[in-house]
Amino acid sequence: MKVTIDNITLEVEPGTTIMQAARMIGPEIAPPAMCYYEPLKGTGGKCRGCLVKVTAGSEKDPRPMPKLVPSCITTVQDGMIVENTINEQVLETRKGIVEFLLLNHPLDCPVCDQAGECHLQDFSFEHGVSSTRTVEERNTFEPVDLGPYIKLNMNRCILCYRCVYAADQLTEGRVHGVMHRGDHAEISTYIEKAIDNDFSGNVIDVCPVGALTDKTYRFKSRVWFSKPEDAHCDCDKCSGNVTLWYRGDEVIRVTGRKNEWGEVKEFICNTCRFERKKTSDWVIEGPTKIARHSVISANKYGANLIKPSFPIKQAALAYKPIDDDRDRSFLPAKKSLPSSEKK
Amino acid sequence: MKLSNKTKVLEQGEMTLAERMYLPAIVGGMATTLKHFFSKPVTIRYPEQKRYLGPVYRGQHILKRDEAGAERCTACGLCAVACPAEAISMVAEERKAGEESLYREEKYAKVYEINMLRCIFCGLCEEACPKEAIFLRHDTMVPVFHQRDEVIWGKDKLVEKMDHRYLRDGWK
Repeated sequence: MKVTIDNITLEVEPGTTIMQAARMIGPEIAPPAMCYYEPLKGTGGKCRGCLVKVTAGSEKDPRPMPKLVPSCITTVQDGMIVENTINEQVLETRKGIVEFLLLNHPLDCPVCDQAGECHLQDFSFEHGVSSTRTVEERNTFEPVDLGPYIKLNMNRCILCYRCVYAADQLTEGRVHGVMHRGDHAEISTYIEKAIDNDFSGNVIDVCPVGALTDKTYRFKSRVWFSKPEDAHCDCDKCSGNVTLWYRGDEVIRVTGRKNEWGEVKEFICNTCRFERKKTSDWVIEGPTKIARHSVISANKYGANLIKPSFPIKQAALAYKPIDDDRDRSFLPAKKSLPSSEKK
Repeated sequence: MKLSNKTKVLEQGEMTLAERMYLPAIVGGMATTLKHFFSKPVTIRYPEQKRYLGPVYRGQHILKRDEAGAERCTACGLCAVACPAEAISMVAEERKAGEESLYREEKYAKVYEINMLRCIFCGLCEEACPKEAIFLRHDTMVPVFHQRDEVIWGKDKLVEKMDHRYLRDGWK
């Protein structure tokens, strides 16, 4: 199937969503995702952050879709033309979406442990406006301890339902979910029942904001001061592939390995996450690759940075050898340029 | 060896009688010296006498407290990541119940250190601070240090004293 996203045409399998197709092109084209999480089934369609404009529905019916569509749950059709970053209406709508998501979100990024790897921070930085128009009181909740390891800050929650899906699909008995309706909706457990399950810690990784955070990491360091290293161990419960976050020689946090979309493919168990915090427990594979624009790469001078692939590809495509036919006879023979020798 | 063709050879002719005596040149130099005896000196006697530093001078760092006297700094680390000289380091701590009058936010800096040898007084920490906690004073310079252990300034030196508050023009 042929689909065109931001004037870039590519072939995809039937059943691919617009989001997946856009991600194949690269992070510059992919719409932002707050609730969609590829490894979890059923996620997406809740935050509306990924709305795109479809200017032609398909080859057979080239009429534009009347409204913006959520790209994470809309499958592509043959000959579909999608506009994401080049459509004014999409960009204008995203400003509104950010405003809605931040309606009840506190501005406590200086305190929040998620700051620096927070998807809402990225989203509002890229698409939001710098001022607020709301004068109303924000919904406030007291922070709740969900078991010994997880802290729930309901203030920061954007109700993306990722943690609910994660608990449903990774653990046998989900004990937390969304209570109440509409503006009163909140993530909660049955009478604050503690979550004790081998894979419950993954709700921390899937949370796009700082609503669910690691209590063992609470206020220990900021994300950009710690140094991530890929490591693995022999674990009988999970794959054992993790990212260790170092401060000096000390492992201050263990998380699953996130890909460039911030998604964990191999979920890890609570033993790996919360209890193995010594370097001797792990086999280090090397520094984690970090995107160049990420704040996590600040003050780290390694060569382990992911350079932006899309502009490099574009530059390679647009490259033309210089047509230089000037008289070079006065130059010594060894100094002639290699490109002219090829001709 | 000649490095370039730009060198010029100066031909000096025979000196005149006045030049050979050197006396007129000496008298001229003396006159210049004598003139400076009566002009205003351009230097000041620094430690006793101080120049006005101006309202935007970037001097000694201070960690402000708010009106009620609680520390504003929440150890967010933005000053440290903004610092081009990597002079700032901090350790955060969670505020306990009963400490609300001491620290304004849920989290505070237990340790906050600035290495004054590294600091280049660029003021980027002040610009990065989201809590209006760190400022570079316009009225005080960092004093000269004589010992190595005086170089790293901790919270005892940086946090604003309640009986000697720092105010700038334009602040209420």
